[in-house]
Amino acid sequence: MALDSKIPSGPMATKWTRHKQDSKLINPKNKRKYTVLVVGSGLAGSSAAATLAELGYQVKCFCFQDSARRAHSIAAQGGINAAKNYQNDGDSVHRLFYDTVKGGDFRAREANVHRLAEVSVNIIDQCVAQGVPFAREYGGILANRSFGGAQVSRTFYARGQTGQQLLLGAYSALNKEIQRGSVQMHSRTELLDVVVVDGHAKGIITRNLVTGKIEAHAGDAVLLCTGGYGNVFYLSTNAMGCNVTATWRAHRKGAHFANPCYTQIHPTCIPVSGDYQSKLTLMSESLRNDGRVWVPKRAEDIGKPAHQIREEDRDYFLERKYPSFGNLAPRDISSRAAKEACDEGRGVGPGGRGVYLDFAEAITQFGRKTIAERYGNLFDMYQRITGESAYEQPMRIYPAVHYTMGGLWVDYNLMSNLPGLHVLGEANFSDHGANRLGASALMQGLADGYFVIPTTIAPYLVTQQPGAVTTSHPEFAKAIEDCNGRIRRFLGNKGKRTVDSFHRELGLLVWDKCGMARDADGLQEALRRIPELREEFHSQVLVPGSGEAANQELEKAGRVADFMEFAELLCRDALAREESCGGHFRTEHQYPDGEAKRDDENFCHVAAWEYTGDLAKPQLHREALHFEEVHLAVRSYK
Amino acid sequence: MSLLNLHLKVWRQHRGQPGHFQDIEAREIPDHASFLEMMDIVNERLITSGQDPVAFDHDCREGICGMCSMQINGVPHGPERATTTCQLHMRHFREGDTIWIEPFRAKAFPVVKDLMVDRGAFDRIQQAGGFITVRTGSAPDANAIPIGKEVADAAMDAAACIGCGACVAACKNASAMLFVSAKAGQLNSLPQGQPEKDRRTLAMVRQMDKEGFGHCTNHYECEAACPKEISVRWITKLNRDYAAAGLREAFVGRQEAAEGGD
Ligand SMILES: Cc1cc2nc3c(=O)[nH]c(=O)nc-3n(C[C@H](O)[C@H](O)[C@H](O)COP(=O)(O)OP(=O)(O)OC[C@H]3O[C@@H](n4cnc5c(N)ncnc54)[C@H](O)[C@@H]3O)c2cc1C
Ligand code: FES
Repeated sequence: MALDSKIPSGPMATKWTRHKQDSKLINPKNKRKYTVLVVGSGLAGSSAAATLAELGYQVKCFCFQDSARRAHSIAAQGGINAAKNYQNDGDSVHRLFYDTVKGGDFRAREANVHRLAEVSVNIIDQCVAQGVPFAREYGGILANRSFGGAQVSRTFYARGQTGQQLLLGAYSALNKEIQRGSVQMHSRTELLDVVVVDGHAKGIITRNLVTGKIEAHAGDAVLLCTGGYGNVFYLSTNAMGCNVTATWRAHRKGAHFANPCYTQIHPTCIPVSGDYQSKLTLMSESLRNDGRVWVPKRAEDIGKPAHQIREEDRDYFLERKYPSFGNLAPRDISSRAAKEACDEGRGVGPGGRGVYLDFAEAITQFGRKTIAERYGNLFDMYQRITGESAYEQPMRIYPAVHYTMGGLWVDYNLMSNLPGLHVLGEANFSDHGANRLGASALMQGLADGYFVIPTTIAPYLVTQQPGAVTTSHPEFAKAIEDCNGRIRRFLGNKGKRTVDSFHRELGLLVWDKCGMARDADGLQEALRRIPELREEFHSQVLVPGSGEAANQELEKAGRVADFMEFAELLCRDALAREESCGGHFRTEHQYPDGEAKRDDENFCHVAAWEYTGDLAKPQLHREALHFEEVHLAVRSYK
Repeated sequence: MSLLNLHLKVWRQHRGQPGHFQDIEAREIPDHASFLEMMDIVNERLITSGQDPVAFDHDCREGICGMCSMQINGVPHGPERATTTCQLHMRHFREGDTIWIEPFRAKAFPVVKDLMVDRGAFDRIQQAGGFITVRTGSAPDANAIPIGKEVADAAMDAAACIGCGACVAACKNASAMLFVSAKAGQLNSLPQGQPEKDRRTLAMVRQMDKEGFGHCTNHYECEAACPKEISVRWITKLNRDYAAAGLREAFVGRQEAAEGGD
């Protein structure tokens, strides 16, 4: 089947406007007859559920946390981009579009990115109207900061908790609709499967995480807003519950998975300190506005306290290698540079896996008080975790898995190749190409939910008879039986090892072979090892308790089972993409100075994988990428 | 890094049944581990020895989602000031310590299992009025209404609440006033929040009462336990907003009745 991206025709700058004008509308009276299932209550899910409900659709929204407000989006720290040009520093929709396409190493769809840049300005308006307390200047207007990969200041923020404030805004919009009775909220409810009827996604199967009850829900369309798959690496900056289950189950039911190998490693995280570690903590990219990254020039200085290393013996490697962007070089580039310094034996801290992020100069220049105002909560968090004060000595940081650009393939309308199944936010593959710029995920989640899907869902729904499929359709009973079967197998297994022990082993393997740098030998080894590990998992995992009540081990077992399958596709995609681009770095493909070497002739495409029933033999479909506005060029931040 | 040996007294309970404390020995816990990582280690050992692991809520483990909710040695989120359970590290405990671990306790927070409680009451309070009614797409330009930095900063102070419920667990009356006052206070102090201020205040307070939270008798244990250091002056503001809204409601009510009502 050929992939049709449904990109509207006409000039880039008017595609979205024209598409909105040409899109079919549904009469307000009829909207009420349609039920939309929204899985996920993060920025993408909450904003979509609230807006669709405002328009008149019946919405059911689901999340696995105890409250919609606790979705992983809550943890975003640094900020959200928008082309407002309030700083008068030359920003524009076109510049945000250009920066995003370039930042993504020319592996994103131009038309989607342009739309994202266009609606970015509406997002800020919407959030302010909801009462989101963005940082302001004394004159009362909104403040901005800079983020990586841009030379303008376009990032809006709310102290170090932008994600929480944006999500609380979307959650309040959702609450307004729950109160009105137009959204039915199901928290502590996990999606276990997607139900497909006559080739269309028409429902989902869920498990109530309090009572254990398996339930079926039918809808006229299904929206997956279930976030990214970073936890396939076990250690990441993602919340503990983040999983691939929803998108993977949809993939098994026919939705193509696009570019799974595009994973983002964030340069500034607190280094790993022991094997008991359950997650990694991000130190926001915003710190690189004032912090300077360095390691000792000479290996003999390793082990000395930072203040004993003289200025001329320090290597500010980002400033040295990328003078025009300096400490604000994009994430993939900064991460690799840190890894290189450590590989050369110049890393600091336990195990030599760390570099310094130093605020001494900023503190001298602006005073401790100003720095505390800007980053106080991050410094506190750092101290709580490491027991060290970043006011007194430099932070130690190291790259960690943070975000996943890959996801389910969607067309311009955010619909996957499986009709009826729409995918929003981090769960889709859409706008960031091979590398996401900082502060652009929040923007994308809210763009998809508030401004894109409310328009683009209608063309699908008008073709559907509302309520035509109900849960009495035999496909639902079949899907429920599949889910029950899986649960029974886990609980009946007489294994010896915990779910976490398997997850940790899988994560280490994937990090080792398919992490910051990848090569064919390593990937082939991972592809040999993953199926074995999967088999061991299914024969030896020990899941205590019953299915009829809260059972966190059972929840984890289901998620890890899906990661075990997904990991194989991740490595296969990384092996197939014989080039380096953005977050995907194949050591075989680099320039003599160590920069990523793209192969536009052979790989200027989206790799969309189809499930064939055999995990070892997924079918690859290619969507060619065409660049009309931004010319394909070697990405340079020098 | 050193290793700690600890005696845990952990609350075990199935939904709708009475609970009890279980003694658990936590041996060789790295002092760099977080409190929840200590619980992970304990649970792995319980599982492999054929016992039921301890259920507890958690997700972000960064102190922001508000999911973790343990009462540690009688204090919600444990001994460290302004620190959630997930951000508490074992270096604050000593070799041989006995640690009591319980769920957040309040009538309005029924136990789901062991240390997990149901805080749905908080969601329902927010649904009652914790929003500004603005349809998507209908907003004016974000800089159209300047908001003084002081006002914006104060709103942000209130908005820092993570909705964990520690304030309720710390209060001997199990009052939710700190939570409700922070939520209402954020919106009530912004210009955008003015049109619905009375309606919001009355609806949220009434829902709070309906949920079975106790009354605030000004002991301010809530502020001390709050991991985000929300100030009790928000309670003062809520009391003021509530009194004013109540008066206006009574007056308008009378006026409407005089005008024939509607
Ligand atoms: C620590 C951290 C800091 C970040 N900082 C920034 C930043 O400053 N700026 C920026 O732009 N981006 C940032 N990001 C990235 C950004 O936060 C995320 O990409 C974005 O919030 C994802 O939003 P989402 O709505 O797609 O998904 P999420 O917020 O992850 O929401 C997923 C939802 O799906 C639900 N769900 C998932 N699986 C299931 C299932 N099987 N069944 C039922 N429900 C399910 C969850 O309950 C949840 O409600 C950060 C990320 C991290 C980890
Ligand atoms: S787990 Fe999120 S605040 Fe503790």
